[in-house]
Amino acid sequence: MESIILFAPLFGALIAGFGWRFTGIRGAQWISTGLLFVACAFSWIVFFQHGPETEYVQVARWIESGTLSTDWSIRLDRLTSIMLIVVTTVSALVHLYSFGYMAHDDNFREGEESYRPRFFAYLSFFTFAMLMLVTSDNLVQMFFGWEGVGVASYLLIGFYYRKPSANAAAIKAFVVNRVGDFGFALGIFALYFLVDSVRFDDIFAAAPTLAETQLTFLWTSWNAAELVAFLLFVGAMGKSAQLILHTWLPDAMEGPTPVSALIHAATMVTAGVFLVCRMSPVMEFAPNATAFITFLGASTAFFAATVGLVQTDIKRVIAYSTCSQLGYMFVAAGVGAYGVAMFHLFTHAFFKAMLFLGAGSVIHGMHHEQDMMNYGGLRKKLPYTFLAMLVGTLAITGVGIPLTGWFGFAGFASKDAVIESAYAAEPGGFAFWALVIAALFTSFYSWRLMFLTFFGKPRGDKHTHEHAHESPMVMLVPLGVLGLGAVFAGMIWYGSFFGHVDKVAKFFGHPYGEEQADGEIAVVWPAGVAHGAEHGGDHTDDHGEAKDGEGHDDHHYVFAGQPGEGAIYIAPDNTILDDAHKVPTWVKLSPFVAMLIGLGIAIWFYLVNPALPAKLAENQRPLYLFLKNKWYFDEIYDFLFIQPAKALGRILWKGGDEAVIKGGINGLAMGIVPFFTRLAGRAQSGYIFTYAFAMVIGIAIFITWMTIAGGAN
Amino acid sequence: MGNLLSIVTFLPALAALILALFLRGDDAAANRNAKWLALIATGATFLISLFILFQFDPSDTGFQMVEDRDWLLGLKYKMGVDGISVLFVMLTTFIMPLVIAASWDVSHRVKEYMIAFLVLETLMLGVFMALDLVLFYLFFEAGLIPMFLIIGIWGGKDRIYASFKFFLYTFLGSVLMLVAMVAMFAEAGTTDIEQLLTHNFASETFSVLGIQIIGGLQTLLFIAFFASFAVKMPMWPVHTWLPEAHVQAPTAGSVVLAAILLKMGGYGFLRFSLPMFPVGSDVMANFVFTLSVIAIVYTSLVALVQEDMKKLIAYSSVAHMGYVTMGIFAANQQGVDGAIFQMISHGFISGALFLCVGVIYDRMHTREIDAYGGLVNRMPAYALIFMLFTMANVGLPGTSGFIGEFLTLMGIFQVNTWVAAGAATGVILSAAYALWLYRRVVMGDLIKESLKTIKDMTAREKAIFAPLVVMTIWMGVYPAPILDRIGPSVEALVSQYDLALESAGRSSDVRVAASAEN
Repeated sequence: MESIILFAPLFGALIAGFGWRFTGIRGAQWISTGLLFVACAFSWIVFFQHGPETEYVQVARWIESGTLSTDWSIRLDRLTSIMLIVVTTVSALVHLYSFGYMAHDDNFREGEESYRPRFFAYLSFFTFAMLMLVTSDNLVQMFFGWEGVGVASYLLIGFYYRKPSANAAAIKAFVVNRVGDFGFALGIFALYFLVDSVRFDDIFAAAPTLAETQLTFLWTSWNAAELVAFLLFVGAMGKSAQLILHTWLPDAMEGPTPVSALIHAATMVTAGVFLVCRMSPVMEFAPNATAFITFLGASTAFFAATVGLVQTDIKRVIAYSTCSQLGYMFVAAGVGAYGVAMFHLFTHAFFKAMLFLGAGSVIHGMHHEQDMMNYGGLRKKLPYTFLAMLVGTLAITGVGIPLTGWFGFAGFASKDAVIESAYAAEPGGFAFWALVIAALFTSFYSWRLMFLTFFGKPRGDKHTHEHAHESPMVMLVPLGVLGLGAVFAGMIWYGSFFGHVDKVAKFFGHPYGEEQADGEIAVVWPAGVAHGAEHGGDHTDDHGEAKDGEGHDDHHYVFAGQPGEGAIYIAPDNTILDDAHKVPTWVKLSPFVAMLIGLGIAIWFYLVNPALPAKLAENQRPLYLFLKNKWYFDEIYDFLFIQPAKALGRILWKGGDEAVIKGGINGLAMGIVPFFTRLAGRAQSGYIFTYAFAMVIGIAIFITWMTIAGGAN
Repeated sequence: MGNLLSIVTFLPALAALILALFLRGDDAAANRNAKWLALIATGATFLISLFILFQFDPSDTGFQMVEDRDWLLGLKYKMGVDGISVLFVMLTTFIMPLVIAASWDVSHRVKEYMIAFLVLETLMLGVFMALDLVLFYLFFEAGLIPMFLIIGIWGGKDRIYASFKFFLYTFLGSVLMLVAMVAMFAEAGTTDIEQLLTHNFASETFSVLGIQIIGGLQTLLFIAFFASFAVKMPMWPVHTWLPEAHVQAPTAGSVVLAAILLKMGGYGFLRFSLPMFPVGSDVMANFVFTLSVIAIVYTSLVALVQEDMKKLIAYSSVAHMGYVTMGIFAANQQGVDGAIFQMISHGFISGALFLCVGVIYDRMHTREIDAYGGLVNRMPAYALIFMLFTMANVGLPGTSGFIGEFLTLMGIFQVNTWVAAGAATGVILSAAYALWLYRRVVMGDLIKESLKTIKDMTAREKAIFAPLVVMTIWMGVYPAPILDRIGPSVEALVSQYDLALESAGRSSDVRVAASAEN
């Protein structure tokens, strides 16, 4: 079943890409979409049926060299199955949605160019690569998926190949990602060097020894676990668009909107978070590296939110919002709350895909107008889209019943969990405040988007507004399905991701223990996990639902077990989950209050007093430009890296190679060149080549004869 | 078949002989006959060479299918293959029919053209199979002549200059090698490569004119061979002949040059330098690493600003050969496996890339990048194939380009992390120059008037690319058959190398540290 999930999208891609001439364009679309729905259905079955235990499926041999041995194989555990449903669900819905969105495209000549099968082929290929990434049982196959999704992203960003901006954005995305991959690859090399294997199981088992190993890397000696964790995180930074390597993500919006929803919101960009969670056994032994992850995640969350405040392109607002939310996930992973990181990844996939598809519906209805300044009052023209976007906004801003912890839209449960974890890790620290302020900004820009688009008076081209139309069902149905996720995903799975230790442990197949009176820990292996025959898991049923997060119960559970047991690893001294439930009440309220303030300001700015934003931009011009130009990252990089690289290339070429060529000749002018030119002169007349030719044939005859003669002896 | 290797080696030469002796006239019919004969001969050579592959026993790390005969003047004619050379033989026989097929539109001196390529094939095969120093040298040097002719007669407008440069560079490099070979004969008393491989060349430090030469004779011999192979590879800074030669050579010449001739340098390192002069290799390893990293970074940067497609790809070749030298002298299983794999894979990929240039050169007669743009609009099949090989060139996992790069980097990381980190930047730079080239040539709107009528690839062109596409993907997805064949021989090579270093009292510190940690 896992193999079918994995390879169905590949077949879909091949059929849509190469077989569409035989199946017809519609046939190709249906086949690839149908296969994705099959994969999706199977993924949900696997998710519910497959327990927390780890299962392996070997597919084929891959790279084998000495002690290095990598297979094409599937590792199925809870982390994988979560990613499976996220990837296949969003992908299947995006395939369906694309029927409507790609039905007509002015960028291509209708009837002449087969852009639709190509689009579906790329989407399916992306899905395949992403599934390879999440199902891998070793780092090299993961790297395959990692770069594979990079190529798919490159192809899809550059889908409108006639647009120079799209081509530039595609290259930028690939190259910036390669910078991250550079770190990732070095991390793999280091791990192989240290552990003599690239398989996850071997690496996890060796994690404790890594923490005690020193490795000489470049100029100095490092703690091996720290170094590896850091290098792998560099890869994650590239793929997940974290600060420094984030510049490609906003530009990636050049691709068609369904692509933005699938790749640049729900799945590919979360691969970095997945990587950090997957490598949690190593991360747990790398306190400095994880502190860096926390810091960078919080910085990104804050930075991207500030930029999102002033963007006017609807897709760019959501792109920065994605960047910011990814920062939240990294904070959670960085403080050791891997379950929370996965939780936010999970809920975010639904509501962010929905926001993007909603934005796509608006863009589709507005004839590919993307500037929000030309929207306004679309509520009535696009009622279903409005509803969907409203649900998405409620989810991302985190609307729910405060202090229940779990009762609210998907983002409420998971984002609050992140913020509480951040506080628990460092009360009143940078990460916590950065996230709370980012939550305020998130609320502001999300509602700003809503108000500018759907409320107020129509702005911009009158004709466009008159012809604005609601999208077809094929686009609205995916929105509805994702809407269910955006509403319920948080409530349903709150306990599994962010409940008490025993629930989370059971969900991820992590051994846990109950602290006895004498200080001993009775270890419990969750049902289905091979290790725990003697304990069975009978301790677990009597535990109440305790969704209030206060932890007044008598039982006190802690994580136990060794790295590699369970889909994630949480060290026994990592009490972040408990601590997060015990943060002060004001902390629990803070994201909610931040959300209300953001909403209030948005109402004031865009509903009550619409002239105010322009005035503010005028008064605070430098700040406005600073944000509008994304903190000038692109300009700085152009100045620091791109221009110098080109200049250096030119210097080396003209000053190096060309000079050597010319200099060499001038230097030898006295001796060889006269001879050389004389030869050349004769060569032109053909003599020398005739001689040389005779020589060649001579040699050929000579050797042949020798061999035959020699053979006769 | 006791003389399978000789048959494969000399079959193309025999065809050349037939062409030279019996084919008369310069009319269309004669030209067609020449082409067909060449194609059949190279095709037959490939088919027969498959027997070598089937007969080859991967578990045997020694030389196989050895032919050993007395020759003139007391010299020996000795041929054989092992896990290191067998795939180069296959690469050569595989590429040559494609090269002939890609030359179908040649109209100038067709007979001579085909003769040159056929003789070249024989000589290249001879290099990879020769097991005697003299024989090796003969093949190695003689190979220059047909290539010199191919560039000089069928090349572009500066062909004379480029062909002389090619000849002088590679010829001067090998003069030192000849001296070293004489010294080897003097010391070991034999020219038999099999025996030389087991001979311990002196490695005691001695001083000449007050300069201490660590590693003694081995280091000197190493340097002499290095001079020759480094030019062939080519390594920075003796690479400047290559872009020149590529630009001027006809498409088929470029393909052979990139796909096969460059590999002779790497093969030489593996056949001579590493196993025969382990101490010398170890002494010089850091030097080679430095050159390799410079090559990767330097040529990648230079490739970034090229305006001529062929030059860009030529520079990219130099960068990729940087991984090879780095991997070879990492002298561990992954490094050497990766280096061989990289050479084979580069044979397909760079060959295909030069063919890609050839496809549009045939149509537009320019290699200027600025002359193109938006080809995807009229040439979707071309765009697809070019994309595939661009991605293979940047080392995308799933293509053969990845495995070589990855293994060599993995090998070098265990020896020197500076080199690994420096070389890994090539991964970023290669993406930049390759994708940028692709964008400028293929992407964008088609606005240039001259391109408005350009035609997509013909069936013949597609048929030439098909085997290359298959090999590139197959080797990337399922490389086990390749690695299984080179693995045991490389393992023997590496352990022999380590043993030799140990007995010479040198062992790499890094490796010791690593084993202590585990």
